[in-house]
Amino acid sequence: MIEIFGIPSQALFAQLLLGLINGAFYAMLSLGLAVIFGMLNVINFTHGAQYMMGAFVAWMALNWFGIGYWWSLLLTPIVVGAFGILLERVFLRHLYHLDHLYGMLLTFGLVLIIEGLFRFKFGSSGLPYNNPIPGGTNLGFMFLPWYRGWVVVASLVICLATWFVIEKTKLGAYLRAATENPTLVRAFGINVPRMIMLTYGFGVGLAGLAGALAAPIQNVSPLMGSSLIIVVFAVVVIGGMGSIMGSIVTGFGLGLIEGLTKVFYPQASNTVIFIIMAIVLLIRPAGLFGQTK
Amino acid sequence: MNKTQISVAVLLVLALVAPMAVYPLFLMKVLCFALFACAFNLLIGYVGLLSFGHAAFFGMAAYVTGHAVKVWGWPTEIGILAGTAIAAMLGVVFGLIAIRRQGIYFAMITLALAQMVFFFSLQAPFTGGEDGIQAIPRRPLFGFINIQNDLVFYYVVLAIFLIGFGILYRTVHSPFGQVLKAIRENEPRAISLGYKVDRYKMVAFVLSAALAGLAGSTKAIVFQLASLTDVHWAMSGEVVLMTLVGGIGTVLGPVVGAAIIVAMQNYLASMGEWVLVVQGIVFVVIVMAFRKGIVGEIADRVMRLRRT
Repeated sequence: MIEIFGIPSQALFAQLLLGLINGAFYAMLSLGLAVIFGMLNVINFTHGAQYMMGAFVAWMALNWFGIGYWWSLLLTPIVVGAFGILLERVFLRHLYHLDHLYGMLLTFGLVLIIEGLFRFKFGSSGLPYNNPIPGGTNLGFMFLPWYRGWVVVASLVICLATWFVIEKTKLGAYLRAATENPTLVRAFGINVPRMIMLTYGFGVGLAGLAGALAAPIQNVSPLMGSSLIIVVFAVVVIGGMGSIMGSIVTGFGLGLIEGLTKVFYPQASNTVIFIIMAIVLLIRPAGLFGQTK
Repeated sequence: MNKTQISVAVLLVLALVAPMAVYPLFLMKVLCFALFACAFNLLIGYVGLLSFGHAAFFGMAAYVTGHAVKVWGWPTEIGILAGTAIAAMLGVVFGLIAIRRQGIYFAMITLALAQMVFFFSLQAPFTGGEDGIQAIPRRPLFGFINIQNDLVFYYVVLAIFLIGFGILYRTVHSPFGQVLKAIRENEPRAISLGYKVDRYKMVAFVLSAALAGLAGSTKAIVFQLASLTDVHWAMSGEVVLMTLVGGIGTVLGPVVGAAIIVAMQNYLASMGEWVLVVQGIVFVVIVMAFRKGIVGEIADRVMRLRRT
């Protein structure tokens, strides 16, 4: 057995992989938050609840309709995204002209409703979701379960694809332009309100997809989102919401750091991200990738 | 006398006779949360800072008071002061970190810091983990006031609330309070006028944290319990809701809001998860339709009636 710093490599890399997976979820969620904030100026508190909904949609698809994992990966973002669009049309749209804080308060209220309803229906304990690709391989220094490897690769691809669309395509150029100056973009004949609506749907769909990916790893539980979203807020504060790539890098990086903390000083593993946030704020108030306005 | 002073006087009389009609324990709960909400309102209503982490001050003060009174055997009044002092210190730490950012970021940062305090409370040995600190004794206050008696204790809690409320009222209606409002309305302008904005914000933040702590400490003695619920983010959300329902930036709004939400929780206690759902619905309705809150809307109506 190989040892690194007195810790068996199997245990070390297992925790690192776990950290990387958590980082994948941080990255996907903070990416969605950043995209939504850029367009809507709303901090989407419901993001965690929508992640939880994603996991439940996958669970319900399997247990109620017999739809397998791979199809639900396609189905979940659509369902959750459509729900998001509904929320935007009914509620959020009417708050854009107000202080940004009201958007946060509204979405916080929605969290209470959504979580309460799911707890009423499913209880607070988790429901299992079978691993669609069981087994794994021994790499010598660590054991790699196939599913965990798949989650890391898939989320990396999703994050990079999002980055590509926003930074390198025409659609993304419109989006960035509308973030900078919605009135001008509107004058060019682009339907900005519809774009805002679809952006919200997209960000929320991304959260739903993350939830579906998480379903086989974590127990599917109504509470899985709310604790995660607070960590994701800290991730967003650390990274700054200025850059897409920044969100991705910070998300994965902080996941890894959290994994390492679990190995070397487990007592702090819950709080390490918040401590990093405090330090970053003291040194660079705008966040690692943010610009001060 | 102006409008607010008349309403305060009426409410005071009501508060003095209330125990004849309502359970003192319920009233004490209302008063604790009313003080908590008033402290929170100082920030959101008069400085324009939304703190989503006030449960940290409330809950940590409750833990400190509980531990000091139960384990160390400190007198009740010293225990409450200790809890308040710790909350103020925690406020200094939060303030140093969070005041560097405004608006939405401020809310996220305070929420994250409070979550850190939550995890600390979950793991620290003195908080009793999931059980919390139970059976905190109610020792005679100053050695002679018997607070075992709920009715006597009610008047003590009322006095504590009035002290806190008075401090807040004086703060808001002082030159210092005027500067806070100026910061809320136009921060760059306040800076250009030469005010050290961050220092003002800091003082307001620490004051708010300390009074939230006073509320938490008192609550710990009233219910003889300090638990994880007090430091959970849901508690931070609750105080936001109370203030929002009553009216942000109004003197009496938080008191009214606290009374309504505590009463609602009492009535719905048997309905389990639905309490959350109802609270969420109240949140959404207020944000969508009644952003001024109950007291704010009433004040508006009265003003409009006067004009016509």
